[in-house]
Amino acid sequence: MPSLLAVSELNKRFGGLVATSNLSLDVQPGETHALIGPNGAGKTTLIAQLQGELRPDSGAISFNGADITHEPPHRRARLGIARSFQITSVFPEFTALANVALAAQAREPHGFRFWKEAANDPALTAPALDALKTIGLDNRASVIAQDLSHGERRQLELAMALAMKPKLLLLDEPMAGMGRQDGQRMTRILANLKSSYAILIVEHDMDAVFALADRVSVLVAGAVIASGTADTIRADPLVKAAYLGHRG
Amino acid sequence: MTFSLFIEQLLNGVQLGVMLFLMAAGLTLVFGIMNLINLAHGSLYMAGAFFAATVFQISGSFLLAVPIAVALTALVGGVVERAVLRQFYARSHLDQVLVTFGLILVFNDAVRLIWGVVPVPLAPPEALAGSVHLFGGVDYPAFRLAILGVGALVALGLYFVVSHTRIGMWIRAGASNRPMASALGVDVELVFSLVFSAGAGLAGLAGLMAGPITAVQVGMGEPILILALVVTVIGGIGSIRGAFVAALMIGVGDTFGRVLLPPALGSMAIFMLMAAILAWRPKGLFPVHG
Repeated sequence: MPSLLAVSELNKRFGGLVATSNLSLDVQPGETHALIGPNGAGKTTLIAQLQGELRPDSGAISFNGADITHEPPHRRARLGIARSFQITSVFPEFTALANVALAAQAREPHGFRFWKEAANDPALTAPALDALKTIGLDNRASVIAQDLSHGERRQLELAMALAMKPKLLLLDEPMAGMGRQDGQRMTRILANLKSSYAILIVEHDMDAVFALADRVSVLVAGAVIASGTADTIRADPLVKAAYLGHRG
Repeated sequence: MTFSLFIEQLLNGVQLGVMLFLMAAGLTLVFGIMNLINLAHGSLYMAGAFFAATVFQISGSFLLAVPIAVALTALVGGVVERAVLRQFYARSHLDQVLVTFGLILVFNDAVRLIWGVVPVPLAPPEALAGSVHLFGGVDYPAFRLAILGVGALVALGLYFVVSHTRIGMWIRAGASNRPMASALGVDVELVFSLVFSAGAGLAGLAGLMAGPITAVQVGMGEPILILALVVTVIGGIGSIRGAFVAALMIGVGDTFGRVLLPPALGSMAIFMLMAAILAWRPKGLFPVHG
């Protein structure tokens, strides 16, 4: 089966700092692929290049068989790549439902529907509510986003990504800043999503990574140093030395 | 101050506020979404007035001049955005100030070249040439009342578009968090081009409505630009609601400041008001960016 996402020989430098170094990686349809690595390994930079916010210096990214290396972010979103940000970035003054509705319309054909009513359009609010239900946040739909708890905002972000009906979910530390309970809740939610989406997830919570991932790749200094099943990665001496070792 | 003078000045203040709102609406969204400071917004105000004066001279109809001048100004705005300003979104504010200041000079000289240095006449439509008797024995020019009405309608329309339609949702999302909006599939550049053109059209509308009251002449956009910048800052950059509230405040404040205070203080009144408001709320009355 051809890869859903294929990254080949990607390079990105910021001045003298190498953020991505000859990186190749793929995500298969239906696969949950986890990306781990120490801080500063270039995980978020990679996600930003996949989503289009940053342009690589060289290399190629293909998605669903098409070269998207030079596509801007909004085109990639329409092709089916959804990203949840590492820094919580919902629209604070919108309600939870309006946040998700905004994401839902991303998948609609552009057309000339600029003037259509947005807030009460069932074509937007119905899929938005569905996404909130999937995440278990539907009872908070009418709450203004800035009044949600941190954990709820992270969930809301995930609901926004789902409402885009993506083929690929890029999740950048979905458990960041969460307590143990919220983290476990998020892990359960993601475990439920696993069967419906291809997922590339960056996460520091190793319990979550090993519970969710079909495949784990280890990123150190902008390059993949190992890639394999959770068990292979746990046993890999290189990985132990470079990464897991630090965690004692 | 007599009651009738008070009412008259109040109406003058609200009318100035409405004009300022038309100017500030485009300015605040452009600043809010693309982080672009556009000093040449006053030139679009001037362009609107000159376009209207020309159409008026040819056709003799003010009503015909309005839509044509607004459309032409929106077009000029769109061309300037594509040709020049688009290259400056990612640059520093100093670069933006320099290039848009340069645009002011270019626009002023272009207008001198085309229309000359003598003010161009632009008369209000005949139906609105007289005065209207209001309550309390106040006589008020009908044209100024019409400006008030048009401004209020545009403000309502803008409010509806921004808060209820899809493009409004994109505009607010783009103003609040640009990378996130584009990650959600919003073509922020396209939205911005539309917003810029619409903002230019509104500035043109303000200019052509001011034409019969002040004078259609080179440099007419600069004084109102300064007031519009004050409105944008007080209202909170990127906020239409903030621009509306602040425009009325500044319009009324400036008008009464000039009537009630000694001349030197009167012209400073709004800047003192701005300083006081910013000391209290540094991001303006209705901050958009979290």
